[in-house]
Amino acid sequence: MEFWNDPITTMFNSLLESFTSGSMSVATATVLIYALGILLFVTFAMVLDIFLVWIERKVVARFQDRLGPNRIGPFGIFQPFADIVKLLIKEDITPIGADVVLFNLAPIFSMMSVLLLWAILPFAPNMVGVDLNVAMLYLVAAGSIGTLSVIMAGWASNNKYATMGAFRTVAQMVSYEIPMVAAILVITVLAGSMGTVGIVEAQEEWWQVFFLSAPLTFLIFLISAIAELGRSPFDLNEAESEIVAGFHTEYTGMKFGLFYAGELLHSFTFGGFIALLFFGGHRFFGLENLGPIVGALIFIGKALFFYWVIMWVKYTVPRIRIDHMLAFNWKFLTPLSFILLMVTALVGRLLLDSAWLVPALFLSNVFIGWMTVLYLKSHERKTREAEEAKSVPVAQH
Amino acid sequence: MTTMQVLFLIFAAIILGSAFMVVTTKKMIHAAFWLIVVLFAIAALYAMLNAGFMAMVQIVVYVGAIAILFIFAVMLTRKELLDRGPALNANKSIAALLSLLSFGGLYMLLRNWSGFSNMAPALPEGDMVAKLGEALVTPDAYLLPFEIASVLLLAALIGAVYVANEARSE
Amino acid sequence: MNSIPISWYLILSAGLFSIGLFGVLARKNAVAILLGIELMLNAVNINLVTFWRYNNPAEVTGQVFAIIVFAVAAAEVAVGLALIISIYRNRNTVMAEDIDLMKW
Repeated sequence: MEFWNDPITTMFNSLLESFTSGSMSVATATVLIYALGILLFVTFAMVLDIFLVWIERKVVARFQDRLGPNRIGPFGIFQPFADIVKLLIKEDITPIGADVVLFNLAPIFSMMSVLLLWAILPFAPNMVGVDLNVAMLYLVAAGSIGTLSVIMAGWASNNKYATMGAFRTVAQMVSYEIPMVAAILVITVLAGSMGTVGIVEAQEEWWQVFFLSAPLTFLIFLISAIAELGRSPFDLNEAESEIVAGFHTEYTGMKFGLFYAGELLHSFTFGGFIALLFFGGHRFFGLENLGPIVGALIFIGKALFFYWVIMWVKYTVPRIRIDHMLAFNWKFLTPLSFILLMVTALVGRLLLDSAWLVPALFLSNVFIGWMTVLYLKSHERKTREAEEAKSVPVAQH
Repeated sequence: MTTMQVLFLIFAAIILGSAFMVVTTKKMIHAAFWLIVVLFAIAALYAMLNAGFMAMVQIVVYVGAIAILFIFAVMLTRKELLDRGPALNANKSIAALLSLLSFGGLYMLLRNWSGFSNMAPALPEGDMVAKLGEALVTPDAYLLPFEIASVLLLAALIGAVYVANEARSE
Repeated sequence: MNSIPISWYLILSAGLFSIGLFGVLARKNAVAILLGIELMLNAVNINLVTFWRYNNPAEVTGQVFAIIVFAVAAAEVAVGLALIISIYRNRNTVMAEDIDLMKW
């Protein structure tokens, strides 16, 4: 019963007893148990990653009206293991003139930037790695490590296509961090805390869920997250028909596997963050009161659902060109996200602790969305009229 | 030797060793990456000093933006792909002497200060991040430097874009 | 946390500052000179945060000062690197001793 209510602490205490029953000091035993815990958690993340590869293959197949892998195991569930064996037995090529240390460090940093994020995901109120009070800044910092790994990969490959792809990818990732930070700031303002446990606690009732208070922010965070991940439609930098394979052109075998699996796990982790920031984390209409393990399962279920949404966007929408991508960020998303931040802060301050807070914020979001659509339509009409004015004299011969 | 002391010594060794590599290595890209190691170790040091917000901001601002800016600048300002030639110019012995003198001077100055072997006082209660946020936007506290810093950043942004802009119509 | 005297942090900060000073004075490449300046700014930041922690952690003055130093360092690096890139486009070199057009 105690295990059901608080699994982590009971496991920790029982392990501590068994370790110190010998002659180990409490401090050493604590450090060892922490290391063991980290190892188990990372193993869980990596095993989940294998499962995510299978999900990806099946979902893309269904979106494209075909079946996907269905030969190896029931429903093809052992397909990722075949992929792993294939990647492991491939030849590990290091190109001539490549910077060996940086070349080998880049995939490790890429995976590291994802696994670091798992420390702040709150699976349940007392099942969180560490309850940082600056967890949202930690999210942005881990994104910076991902950017670093891309530059390392592009530079160390000694390949002009790789360097060009790395430049573009880094430009995209750094640009799209800004609307993401503004969206996170909106959530921080609404929740009053930057820590993940605090954000979940601020979404107690189903109508307090931040998706209802900030739907436009949800859209902005979704778009920026997809761009941060480098997934389609923002994947110009690794599109095979455009730039060979961008910054991971020269990577073979398991190093490429680390990049690929890292991208999938990163997508799942961002699905988890969308669930946490906008949909109440591990809450589900009171079902989470049954116990932390139920809460953890609810959280993983929600993260899988939003991972599916990210995949849905990927396999539906065509690729965006790099200059359209950057113009979209700097000319549209960034001003819109800052306007939303100011309006949310203002309305939130005026209607603090009032029952009208959630409807007022929802209506203000709808209003801003409507004004944005009107502005875009008038802008589009003006551009079209300017072009027609230029081209009309040519047509009249 | 407590755990914190051992950790501090490890991070201090990483910082000083990587800083030495930054200023002496021949290849510029390696210098930029050693700088990134220094910045990470300094962020760890901030976390040891219970300044968690500073540690995160260090990684986001320095590693995530400034170090990447350095790497881009190194890649865009090279005539040949390999860095040949000496890393240090003709002043290196005088420079070494000056830096040793400055370190010695700072050490002598600090050693005669009465509080040189103080220990850390207890950390106050409450959320330091909330207090920091309040201090930055309270008119009695540090609102004015905050706003001036943002104007400075805007000026630097416009200036950098203008200076580095290639297509300038004369 | 109560086992590290303030002297350790201050000596580390002084050492980092001296290494940065050596980098500024003795390097040929202009970007490397900026790297030395970054080391010096980081040493100053360590100093500020250390004094915040050891003198009066109840006031956040030290951390605010360090944040302003972050902002100034970022602005300075941006403008400095833009200038270096512009110089590279004109003179095709970034060695500090080759950019001596005003010397006589």
